[in-house]
Amino acid sequence: MDILPILSTLRRHKLTAGLLIMEIALTCAIVCNAVFLIGQRLHRMDMPSGVVEHQLLQIQVADVVKPVNPYARVQEDMALLRQVPGVQSVAFSNQVPFGGSSSNAGVLLDPNQPQRTLNGTTYFGENLVSTMGVRLVAGRDLRPDDFVDVDVALKGLQTGDSKSLPHVTLITRTMAERLWPGQNPLGHMLYLTPIVGLRVVGVMDSLVRPNAYDASTAQYTMVIPLRMSADKGMSYVIRTRAQDRAPVLAAAVAALKKADPQRIITTQRTFDDVRDHFFRDDRAMAGILVGVVSALLVVTALGIVGLASFWVAQRRRTIGVRRALGATRGNILHYFQTENFLLATIGIVLGMVLAYGINLFLMQHYELPRLPAIYFPVGAVALWLIGQVAVLGPALRAAAVPPVVATRSV
Amino acid sequence: MFQYYLDLAWRSLRRNKVLTALMVLAIALGIGASITTLTVLHVLSGDPLPGRSAEIYYPQIDPQDLRGMSPSKEPPSQLTLIDGMNLLRAARADRQALMKGGEVPIQPEQSTLDPFYVNARYTTADFFPMFGTPFLFGHAWNSADDEAKARQVVISSDLNQKLFGGANSVGRTLRISGTAFQIVGVLDHWQPNPHFYDLNTGSYAYSEQVFLPLQTMIDLHLSQDGSNDCWGNGGGGTDTVLPADTCVWLQFWVQLKTPAEAAAYKQFLVHYSEEQRTLGRFQRPPNVRLRNLMQWLDYNGVVPDDVRLQTWLAFGFLVVCLVNTVGLMLAKFMRRAAELGVRRALGASRRALLVQLLIEAGVVGLVGGFGGALLALGGLWLVRQRSSDYAVLAHLDPSMLLMTFLLALGATLLAGLLPAWRACQIAPALQLKSN
Repeated sequence: MDILPILSTLRRHKLTAGLLIMEIALTCAIVCNAVFLIGQRLHRMDMPSGVVEHQLLQIQVADVVKPVNPYARVQEDMALLRQVPGVQSVAFSNQVPFGGSSSNAGVLLDPNQPQRTLNGTTYFGENLVSTMGVRLVAGRDLRPDDFVDVDVALKGLQTGDSKSLPHVTLITRTMAERLWPGQNPLGHMLYLTPIVGLRVVGVMDSLVRPNAYDASTAQYTMVIPLRMSADKGMSYVIRTRAQDRAPVLAAAVAALKKADPQRIITTQRTFDDVRDHFFRDDRAMAGILVGVVSALLVVTALGIVGLASFWVAQRRRTIGVRRALGATRGNILHYFQTENFLLATIGIVLGMVLAYGINLFLMQHYELPRLPAIYFPVGAVALWLIGQVAVLGPALRAAAVPPVVATRSV
Repeated sequence: MFQYYLDLAWRSLRRNKVLTALMVLAIALGIGASITTLTVLHVLSGDPLPGRSAEIYYPQIDPQDLRGMSPSKEPPSQLTLIDGMNLLRAARADRQALMKGGEVPIQPEQSTLDPFYVNARYTTADFFPMFGTPFLFGHAWNSADDEAKARQVVISSDLNQKLFGGANSVGRTLRISGTAFQIVGVLDHWQPNPHFYDLNTGSYAYSEQVFLPLQTMIDLHLSQDGSNDCWGNGGGGTDTVLPADTCVWLQFWVQLKTPAEAAAYKQFLVHYSEEQRTLGRFQRPPNVRLRNLMQWLDYNGVVPDDVRLQTWLAFGFLVVCLVNTVGLMLAKFMRRAAELGVRRALGASRRALLVQLLIEAGVVGLVGGFGGALLALGGLWLVRQRSSDYAVLAHLDPSMLLMTFLLALGATLLAGLLPAWRACQIAPALQLKSN
C-alpha cells in the first residue's frame, strides 16, 4: 500500500485531518489518565485489612441511661453474646478496621525526642486479635493480666502515675520494620507520651487502620491492653461462620435488646458492609470514570464515522476514477483504513505527550503517582482499534462505489 | 432575516439527519457531563451564610508545648477548654461562641415513641444571633444562662414536629440523657452547607436537633463527638472524664463587623498568647491565625478532591465533544458549498453567510443544550443515589439551568466559527462552474 498518495491527499484537507488528529489525541490523553485513575481506585478498594472479614459482625449499642457499672455491663453483654448459637468469639473494641473513626497516637522511640517518629492508630479492647483473626507472626497475644481499665489509665496519665498505665503492646510487621529496620522488634520499647512506655510483646502480620486513607501509613497499628467501658462509640465484634452471618447478627441484636429493652442498637452490620461503606466514594469515582471513558470513546468513534462518511461522499468521483483505472475494492478499502491508521497514529503520539502533561498536573494537585509506561501501548492499541472499527463502515461504502461513477458528472 | 435564516437552518439540519443527530448528541453529552459536575461543585463550594460570612472569623492560637515545633506550622484547628473560656469571657469581639458537637438520647414523654439519639450542639448564647439562626418559636438562652449551667434547650423544627406535632413547645420539658430540660426556643429549618462551624461531623448535610449550653454539657458529662488532639501527657476524655488541659477539642467563632476590628482582634490574640506565655502556660512564641468563614473552608479543603477531579474530567470531555462538533460542522458546511456559492453569486455578503451558518450552529447548540439539561438531570439523579454525605444536595437550580443553555450556545457558536468562516471563503464563480 502506498502511503505517499494518502499523505498528499491529507495535505489538501489539513483542517479536517487536523481536527480528527486533535480529537484522537485528546481522547487518548484523557482515557490514559482516566483508566489509570480507575486502576488506582480499584487497587485501593482491594486494600487488605488483616482480619477475617467474611466471618465478622459489628454491633454498636448506645445506652439511654448510663449503666451503674459500665465495665460489668460489657462483661455481661459479652457473656450473653457468646451464648448466641453460631457465635464463635466476641470482642469489645474502640474501633474496627475501615470503620472510619479512629483513635491515633504519636509514637516516640525515646521519651525525650523532640519529633514524633510516626503516627499510629491504637486499638483497645479484649479478645481483639483472636476474634478478628489477626495473624501473629512473632511473640504472644495480649493476656488478661496485661489489661488496665481505661478510666484508671486516664487518671494515671493526668496524675503522672505510670503504674496504672498499660505496659505492653502489639504492633504490625510494617510498623516494626519502620521503627526498627532489620531488627527483631520483640522487647523493644516505644512511647506514646514521655510516661507511657510500651514493650512490644507481639508482632501482627497485618491490621489496617480504621481510616486508611493513605496506603503508606495504613498499617501503622498498635493493639494496647486497655479495657473499655460501655459507650456508644465502642463496638462488639462477633466472629461466626460466613454462611451464618445474617441469622447470628439478628439473634445477637435480639439478645442485647432483650437484656435491656431501653437501649438503642445504633449499628448492626457485617464487615463486608463496613468495607463497602468505607470505599463508597472510591467505587462511585471508579464508576463515573468508566462512564466517562466509554462515552468519550463512543463520541470519538462517532466523530470518526461522521468525518470519514463526509470524506467518502466528497471523493466518490476520485474513487470511481481509481476503480475505472483498475483499483480493486480491496485497494479502496485499504486506502481508507490506512488513512485512518495514519491519522490515529499521529493523534496517539500527540495524545501520549498530552497524557504525560495531564498526569504531571494531577501529580501536583491531587497527589497521584506517575503514570506507568504500560498505559501508553494499551491506550494506543485501544484507539487504533476504535479508529479501525469506526472507519470500516464508511470504507466499505467507499469500496462499493462502482467504476461507472467516473463517467458521470455528479 | 433572522427568521429566514432560522428556517434555512432548520431545513438544512433536517436534510442530513444522521450528521445533525451526531452533533446534537456530542454537544448534549459534553454539556450534560459538565453541568452535572459543575452543579455538584457549585453546591459544595457555596457560601453557608450568604451576606454574613465576611464578618464571621475563626481564631486559632497555639497552646502546644515545644515538642515538634517548627516556625511554618499552622496552630491547632481547635481550642483547649481553658483558652476557649478565656477568649469567650474576654468578649473582645462583637459576638463570640464556643462549641462542641455530640449525640444525646432523647426520652419522649409519649410512651408510643422509643428513646432515640439525636445530634446535639453544645454552645454558648451568641451562637444564635451570630449565625442568624431563624426562630420559629421562642428565643435563644442568654449568657447568664450559660454561666448558670441552665437546663435549657433550643430544638430544631424537625424534632419539634416529631415530638410535638409542630405545635409551639416553648416552656415544655424535654428529657435528655436522663435530665429534664426546658425548651426555650424552636428553630425554623436551618442547615448551613457546608456545616462550617464544625467540620469534624462531616462537612455536608449534617444538622443538629438540639442545642444546649456548653457549661451544662460539662456539668452533666454529656457525650461528645468530633476530634480531640492532645500533646504531652494529655488524654482524650471519656464519658466521665473531660479531655485534659493539653487537649484541643472546642471550636470558637467570633463576629467582627469591620476589617479594623478584625485586625485589632488578631492583635488581641497575639497579646493573649504572650500573656499566657508569661504565665507559663504557653511555651511557643505567639502563633495565631484569624481566617474568615470562606477562608476557613478553603483552608480545610472542604470540597472533596474527587469532585474537583470530576469537574476537570467533564470539561476535558466537553472539549473532545466540541472538537468533534467542529469536525462534523465543517463536513456539513463544506458539503453545502454549492448552495452557498449560489447565495454569494446572488449578492449575499460573506457576513450574511457567516450569520446564516452561525445561526445554524446556534440551533444545534440550543437543541444540544436541551438534551444536555435532560442528561444533567439524569446525571444528578445518579449522583443523589450515591451514599456520599453531599449526594442529597445535588439539585439543579435555575441559575445552573440557565448556565446549561448559555454554555451550550456559547460552546457551539465557538465550535461553529471556524467551519462557518471556512465555508464563507469559497469563490462563488468556482462553485457555480464546477456544477
